[in-house]
Amino acid sequence: MKETKIISRRFDRINPVSLDDYLKTEGYTGLTKALKMERISIIEEVEASYLRGRGGAGFPTHIKMMGLAKETNLPKYIICNADEGEPGNFKDKALLEKDPFAVIEGMTIMAYATGATHGFIYIRGEYQEAMSIMHECLKKAREEGYLGKGIRNTKFDFDIQIRSGAGSYVCGEEFALIESIEGKPGRTRVKPPFPTEKGVFDKPTVINNVETFANLPVIINVGGKEYAKMGTPTSTGTKLLSLSGNVKKPGVYEIEFGVSIRDVIFDLGGGVKNDRKIKMVQLGGACGPVIPEYMLDMMIDYERFEEFESKTGSGAIIVIDDRFDLFDILLKTVHFFEHESCGKCVPCREGHTQLELLIRKFNKKEATTKDLDSLESLARVMHQTSLCGLGQTSPTSIIASLRFFRDEYIDRIDHPSNL
Amino acid sequence: MLLDKILEKYPQQEDSLLEILLAFQDAKINHFISEDEVRQIASYLHISEAKVCSVLSFYTFFRTENKGKHVIQVCGGVPCHVESDFNVAKTLEKELGIKVNETTENQQFTLEYTSCIGLCDEAPAMRIDDKVYTKLTPNKIKAILAEYRVYM
Repeated sequence: MKETKIISRRFDRINPVSLDDYLKTEGYTGLTKALKMERISIIEEVEASYLRGRGGAGFPTHIKMMGLAKETNLPKYIICNADEGEPGNFKDKALLEKDPFAVIEGMTIMAYATGATHGFIYIRGEYQEAMSIMHECLKKAREEGYLGKGIRNTKFDFDIQIRSGAGSYVCGEEFALIESIEGKPGRTRVKPPFPTEKGVFDKPTVINNVETFANLPVIINVGGKEYAKMGTPTSTGTKLLSLSGNVKKPGVYEIEFGVSIRDVIFDLGGGVKNDRKIKMVQLGGACGPVIPEYMLDMMIDYERFEEFESKTGSGAIIVIDDRFDLFDILLKTVHFFEHESCGKCVPCREGHTQLELLIRKFNKKEATTKDLDSLESLARVMHQTSLCGLGQTSPTSIIASLRFFRDEYIDRIDHPSNL
Repeated sequence: MLLDKILEKYPQQEDSLLEILLAFQDAKINHFISEDEVRQIASYLHISEAKVCSVLSFYTFFRTENKGKHVIQVCGGVPCHVESDFNVAKTLEKELGIKVNETTENQQFTLEYTSCIGLCDEAPAMRIDDKVYTKLTPNKIKAILAEYRVYM
């Protein structure tokens, strides 16, 4: 199995801050074509491509675009969510640092199609290098008339500002991010209304992942139908993966949807380091499920991921070999969420404290049968009742491990060390 | 004054708050924001001091007390954890003679954990101020610290 390099085709082959390099490699041909099209036809192409959000949740992009296009409350905003804080994810960083103009072009196409005039790129504060690259690229795009007033001698105005995160994971959640842009603590809002109706500064807003935007120039260039031929019928196109953990060749890889996780780990990643056995693989990052070795033939597509009721679709694959203990990993994960919970809703704020206490008991072999029941029901309640994606998805690793590694939980009950 | 110079670059609206705090904290020696400065920023933006404080306490980047000249942040993510043959934080604790969340007596270094910094493919990783260091080994850590002690 090999990579399918579509949106990563320029990686390490061009100088990322050179607009000339970008133009020489079909850069801005998507926007040039889009500017000659009817706005609605652009959205129809995106619909035909069946592009789904690449940040994790996999929401169809054209529905958001149509929602924003219909709004009449001006101005309208486009936000690029570059707050890639999910542990184990670094593919957005690769895009921002290695092909930044593609992200800018994608945002500009979406703005033109939906009638938006203002854009924000919200980059996490930890990504200083990506931020300075993006600043330089925006400046160049402005100077050459690809941003600003009357883009490419049309009547279309659009400009983009960068906003920096300040070390908060929850700001990757769309409404928390919007609050943060408004200069407030990143606490989510109750939905509906959704951002397309009332987003940043209470104006209609579309917010998408970095990789989603980078796909738009490709779709406009090749056409939606042609794009949809890649991947599987319901998960079209390609996906950037962040492969990390105990593999020989970790890194960012681009694959067509439908490839198996095993092929990614062994064909692209070169297999497990020192040829050890795989204990588990965590998908999507800290908020994703842990799966055992025998499930690695699972295809990478949105449907398989949805089975875990998690926003697994961000494309992180963390390989963990047999030297590691399940409960050490779970404890690290839960502790992370306990720290990052914004505290607005009870299930998430209190739930994580309790989850951590329970996992700690299993870790120390001090758990009882009742703890197992409590853990199971608490994880479910948090998943169903939390206000935003953080608390809804954070128990996923626990829910999945209760399913696939149940024996290990039982072991921790049956052989308590304090007896 | 430094704060005045930074404030005048930003429009007097609430959404400038994070940008102002980030820029000011970065520029200021000792990198923290005092109560007087909170007052000044609040009055410039015509918002309450409580609003400024709520932002300061929400985001982990902001500091309200003096820290070391250099802040060392060790990645606490799972990919870095499973790719370390040694304990990065413990090695730093030993080298610096402090525990995590403490500052050295000479005010040169503060040690803390950070969440994932997106360098999972070059794990284990840490950050000192704005600079990142990857594929750490105990010897590499010693060499990096020696450099900071001598030159920075």
